[in-house]
Amino acid sequence: MHLHKFEKIWLTFGIVALAVFLGVVGVSAFSQDHTPAGGMDTIDPKKVNETAPFDKPGVTQLDDDTYQVAIVAMAFGYNAPDLKVPAGKEIIFKVTSTDVVHSFTIDNTKVNMMVVPGRITTKSYTFDKPGKYLILCNEYCGTGHHMMFNEIEVY
Amino acid sequence: MSKKDDHANVDLRGTLISVFFVGVVIVAMWVIVYSMYVAR
Amino acid sequence: MIAAQDRKIALWNIGVAYTAFLIGTLCGLLQVFIRNDALQLPAWLDYYQILTAHGVLLALIFTTFFIFGFFITGMSKSLGAFGPKVRLFSWIGFWVTLLGTVMATVMIVSGEASVLYTFYAPLKGSGWFYVGLALVIVGTWISSFALVGHYIVWRKTHKGELSPLFAFMTITTIILWIIACLGVVATVLFQYIPWAFGWTDTINVELSRSLFWYFGHPLVYFWLLPAYMAWYVIVPKLLGVKVFSDSLARLSFVLFILFSIPVGFHHQLTEPGISNFWKFLQVVLTFMVIIPSLMTAFSMFATFEISGRKKGGTGLFGWFKKLPWKDVRFTSIFIAMAFFIPGGAGGIINASFQLNEVVHNTLWIVGHFHITVGTPVAMTFMGMTFWLIPYLTGRKFTKSMQILGFVQIITWSIGMLLMSTAQHVLGLLGAPRRTAYSGYNGHESALEWFDGILTNHVTMAVGGSILFLSAMILIYIVVMTMFLSPKAVKPEEIVEFPMAESDKESTPKWLENWWIWIGIAVFLIVAAYAIPLSHMIHHAPPGSEGFKTW
Ligand code: HEM
Ligand SMILES: [Cu+2]
Repeated sequence: MHLHKFEKIWLTFGIVALAVFLGVVGVSAFSQDHTPAGGMDTIDPKKVNETAPFDKPGVTQLDDDTYQVAIVAMAFGYNAPDLKVPAGKEIIFKVTSTDVVHSFTIDNTKVNMMVVPGRITTKSYTFDKPGKYLILCNEYCGTGHHMMFNEIEVY
Repeated sequence: MSKKDDHANVDLRGTLISVFFVGVVIVAMWVIVYSMYVAR
Repeated sequence: MIAAQDRKIALWNIGVAYTAFLIGTLCGLLQVFIRNDALQLPAWLDYYQILTAHGVLLALIFTTFFIFGFFITGMSKSLGAFGPKVRLFSWIGFWVTLLGTVMATVMIVSGEASVLYTFYAPLKGSGWFYVGLALVIVGTWISSFALVGHYIVWRKTHKGELSPLFAFMTITTIILWIIACLGVVATVLFQYIPWAFGWTDTINVELSRSLFWYFGHPLVYFWLLPAYMAWYVIVPKLLGVKVFSDSLARLSFVLFILFSIPVGFHHQLTEPGISNFWKFLQVVLTFMVIIPSLMTAFSMFATFEISGRKKGGTGLFGWFKKLPWKDVRFTSIFIAMAFFIPGGAGGIINASFQLNEVVHNTLWIVGHFHITVGTPVAMTFMGMTFWLIPYLTGRKFTKSMQILGFVQIITWSIGMLLMSTAQHVLGLLGAPRRTAYSGYNGHESALEWFDGILTNHVTMAVGGSILFLSAMILIYIVVMTMFLSPKAVKPEEIVEFPMAESDKESTPKWLENWWIWIGIAVFLIVAAYAIPLSHMIHHAPPGSEGFKTW
C-alpha cells in the first residue's frame, strides 16, 4: 500500500481539520457548558400532570439569576401558560410529553429540544434580546403537527 | 511491473489543488454555521 | 454479456426500483405544492401520508432494489454466472422484499401508517406495516446471502487469490448492511410488532429510537457505497485508465464497515436519555468515517488527472478539458460527485455535536439528504441506468436517448440546485421540516423565513417541478431501454458494462480477511452502545401506549 505524497498532504490536512472541529465543539461543550439539550431524568408519561414541576407548568423563579420554565407538550400544542421571561438571565427549560414525540424549538435561539414521552428534556439558555419568539414543534407528531406552536415573550 | 503501480512519479498537482478546494468548502461551511451557533 | 437468467433477476429488481421512483417523485411534486398552500388535498389524502410514501419509496425501496439489481449484474459479470442455488435464493429474496414493500405501501396508502419512514414510536401504525418492513429487511438478507454464497464458491475455486475489486466492494457493503439491520430487526420484531398487534401494552420509546438509528446511519452508507463502487470501478473505465489504487480503494471500504455503524447517536444529539459522554464519543467516531471519504475524493481527482494527462492535457488543469464530457455516463457521475462536496460538508456540520441544534429537524436537513442520497447517490444510479438496462436487455442506447439522458441529468441538477439551496437557507433561518405548511398563522418570524430571493415559496416549487419533469424523462428512458428500443445487432451498438481493471499485485492479502474487520466492528459497536443501551433498558421509565394522531 503506497500513498502519493500529495495524498499524504491532503489526508493530514483533512484529519487536522476534523480534529480542530472536534476540539472546538468539545471544549466549548464541556468547559463552557454549551452541550445540546438532553438529560437523564425520567417520568411516568401517564402521570405528567401530577408530577412536579409539570403539575404547575409555566415560569418559576429559582433565584435572582435563574428561572425555570416547565412545559408539557401534547398533540398538538404546549401547556405553558404565561410564558414571559427576562432577558439576560439563565432560563432552564424542562419539557416532557404526554403522548408522542415532539420538539420544543424556539426560533432564532439555541433552544431546539426533542421531547420524548417518559423523559424530561432540559436545556439552559439566556436570551440576549427582548421580543416575542416563535415556539414550534419540528418533530412530526400527527395531522396537526404544523399547527403546534406558541410564543414566548422576553422582557 | 512495480513501476506501473508506483504513484510517486505521476503529476497530481491539479488533484492537490482540487482536493484543497473541497477542503475550503468544508471549512467555510463549517465556520459559517459555527458562527451562527455562537451568535444565537 | 452475462447469463440470461441472471439478467432477468437484475432487470426485475431495477423495474421495481423505478416503479417506486415514479410514485415517490410524484409524491415529491405534491409536497412542494402543498407546502406552498398552492394545493388543497381531498379529505381522504393527507400531507403526511404522502410524505411517508415519498420517504419509504425513494429512500428505502428505490435505492434497495436498484442496488441489488446492480450487485447481481456486477457479481455475475466479475465472478461468473450464478449457480442454481444462488439464483433460487436471489429470486426468493426479490419476492420477499417485494411482498414486504407492497404490504407497507398498502398500509400507507390506506392511511393506516402515516408515521413517516422513520416510524418513531409511540406513533402506532398498523401492525402489518411493521410486518411489511420486516419482510423488506428479511428479503434483502436472503438476496445478500445468495450473493455471499456466490462469492464463497468463487473463493473456494480461487484459493489464495484476492477477489476482483467489484466483488470485494459488494461483499463489504453486504456485511455492513447485515450488521446494520440487526438494530432495526430487533426493534421491529421485539418492540413494534408485539406492541402494534396488542400483545404488549407499552413500548420503550428511547430504546426504539436508538435501535432505529443504530440502523439508520449505516443505512445511508448502504446507499452511498454502491455509488462509490461506480466511482471507483466504473468511472476509470469510462476514462480509459485503471483504478487509481486497488489497495486504497479496498482500505477505504473496510473503514466504512468499522466506522459507519457505531455512530447512530449523532441523529439523537438533542434528545434526552443519552448522556453527553456517549453522544460525544459517537460524534468522534462519526468523524472517523469522514476519512475514507476524504481518501475517495483524492482518488477521484487523481483518476481524472491521470486520464486527462494521458490524453494530452497539460499544465495544472489542462486535464480537466480532456475529460469525456460528451459521454452522459461520465458527466452524470461527475455532477453527482460535485453535489457530494457540499453534501458531505453539510454532514460534518450536522454531526458537530451542539452545532446540531442549529440544523436539527429544520429544512436544512431536507436539503442535506437531497444533495447526498437524492442527487449524488440517485444521479450515480441514473448514470448507471443509461448503460445497465441496455446491457441487460441487449437493446441499443440510441443517439436520441443519449440526448434525452443529458436533458434529464441537467434538469435534475438545476431543479435540485434550486430546491436544495432554498431548503438549506430556510433551515438555517429556522424553518422546520416535515410540515404541511409553515405559516404558523402568519407569525412574523415565519413570514421572514420565506422573504428572501432564494427562500421564497416560488423557488422551491419551481425546483420541485423541474425535478419532477426530469424524473419523468428518466422513466421514459427506462421504459424505452427496457422494452422498446431496437435490439443491438452490430458490435459497435452493443452496450457494455464498463468495469475498470485494477492492479492487485501489491494489495495486501489481509484486506480480504473479513473476520478481522467484522471483529473490530463488533468491538467498536459494543464499546459505543453496550452501556448506554443497557442503561435505557434498566432505567427505563414506564413505557408508552400507542397513539394514532393522524
Ligand atoms: C422529484 C424529485 C423530488 C422532490 C420534488 C422532492 C421533494 C421533497 C420535499 C419537499 C421534502 C420535504 C418534505 C417535508 O419535510 O415536509 C422531501 C423529503 C424527503 N425526500 Fe425528497 N424529493 C425528491 C426526490 C427525492 C429522492 C430521489 C430521494 C431519495 C432517494 C428523496 C428522499 C427524501 C427523504 C428521505 C425525505 C424525508 C422524508 C421525511 O421527512 O420523512 N427525495 N422531498
Ligand atoms: Cu408536535
